[in-house]
Amino acid sequence: MVSFSAVAKRYPGGLEALKNVSFSLAAGELAFLTGRSGAGKSTLLKLIPAIERPSAGSVVVNGQNVASLKRSALPYLRRNIGLVFQDQKLLYDRSVYDNVMLPLAFSAHAPREAARRARAALDKVNLLAREKANPIQLSGGEQQRLAIARAVVNRPAVLVADEPTANLDAESAIRILEIFVAFNQVGVTVLIATHDQTLVARYGKRVLRLEGGRIV
Amino acid sequence: MRAWLRHHGHALSQGFRKLSVLNALVIGIALSLPAAGYALLESLRPAGARLALEPRIALFLAPQARRADAEALGARLRADRRIDSVRFVPREEALKDMSAVQGLGEVIGALGRNPLPDAFVVTSRQDIAGELGKLPGVAHVQADAVWARRLAAAGAIAQLAIGVLAALLGAALVAVTFNTIRLQILTQRDEIEVSKLLGATDAFIGRPFYYLGLLQGIVGGVLALGIVAGALALLNSEVRVLAESYGSNFRFTFLPLPEAVLVVLVAGGLGWLGAQLSVGRHLRAIEPM
Repeated sequence: MVSFSAVAKRYPGGLEALKNVSFSLAAGELAFLTGRSGAGKSTLLKLIPAIERPSAGSVVVNGQNVASLKRSALPYLRRNIGLVFQDQKLLYDRSVYDNVMLPLAFSAHAPREAARRARAALDKVNLLAREKANPIQLSGGEQQRLAIARAVVNRPAVLVADEPTANLDAESAIRILEIFVAFNQVGVTVLIATHDQTLVARYGKRVLRLEGGRIV
Repeated sequence: MRAWLRHHGHALSQGFRKLSVLNALVIGIALSLPAAGYALLESLRPAGARLALEPRIALFLAPQARRADAEALGARLRADRRIDSVRFVPREEALKDMSAVQGLGEVIGALGRNPLPDAFVVTSRQDIAGELGKLPGVAHVQADAVWARRLAAAGAIAQLAIGVLAALLGAALVAVTFNTIRLQILTQRDEIEVSKLLGATDAFIGRPFYYLGLLQGIVGGVLALGIVAGALALLNSEVRVLAESYGSNFRFTFLPLPEAVLVVLVAGGLGWLGAQLSVGRHLRAIEPM
């Protein structure tokens, strides 16, 4: 489902964020990506939806080598990858419901089907009652759940989350991870970057540990 | 197909929502200048056409000239290959024409006799007025070729000036739209970045801006026509008084329908072009981080 092969990433200026990284995630697998700040976790996650391109090696997602994809093909790749960011990247000039509707706006779904999917996604993260609220009115945990709802509304095969529990209390963090586990249980491949070892230990799933840009 | 139509409908409604009446008004005012100039020129064209645009030469015979002398002169003129056309204007016809001009009928009636001579009106592209003036029986020659050439040159200059003005203001319309779209893109930078992350194509993101440019141009074009119509109505209220004092019913007329439609279509096209240039330049620069 997701395969990295001898991947390196060098930024202009010479910073080498990833060095010879190789691993594979099978379809329906859940794995944690851990490491200290600056270890290269975010860079690795950005390579999956081709927000960044590798300097060397190949990144294969859903059978496509994203390194060689044309710019015009990237939107179609990204529609099959659910992305959850540490800073959520929500739009605060529209409602909770409209935030979840955003990815459906450029898909081919009929309005009624899109509305049904958006409400189903909000229901899964327990935010249906807040659909008319503005994201600014939500707590940190609720905003993260909203970001997850938006990431899964297009029913992606792969879900990638960058520090989704950062800045959350322990109880909220567990609720967020339970949502990821629930999606994984219905076959979604999930990769979660976190530096919270307690949470990682709680679930006993595969762990990819990054140190100085290498998997150790 | 339905999804495609839905996306365009959505983009169109977003374009409407982003439409700034003030920007459209600026475009309308800019476009009204060449449109008004064109309307004025078109209104004057029929009046100009009535004036002799072909170089005409009028040959007036002596008042005491006999009709037989006139016929002999006419035969000689028709035989001259340098002359394109010859028209004989008998003194009776000249008097009748002059009497029809308001205010002159009573004056001529008071004279008690016809003071006008027989005349020939000939057209020629060659400068032969002086030569024709020496023909026997010709008392006076009046050549209006210079006047006709000056009038035609003035018309051509006015037309060129309007064309240059239209081109400059058309470029201004493109620039105004380019900048409007640039500001819109900057304002929506976060939304665009998130949309790209979630899988929106550049075409999907750019479409509302194309519609905005198109709509801004069209609304600007319609406003320009409104401004021209209003200005002509105002002008005509004064022109009417002046024209009636000359016995004329001259009025400035609004643009003919095809030209009016063309103004709106060209304005819309230029707006779309401005949006196309702006989106092409600024949208690609926004990449998810």
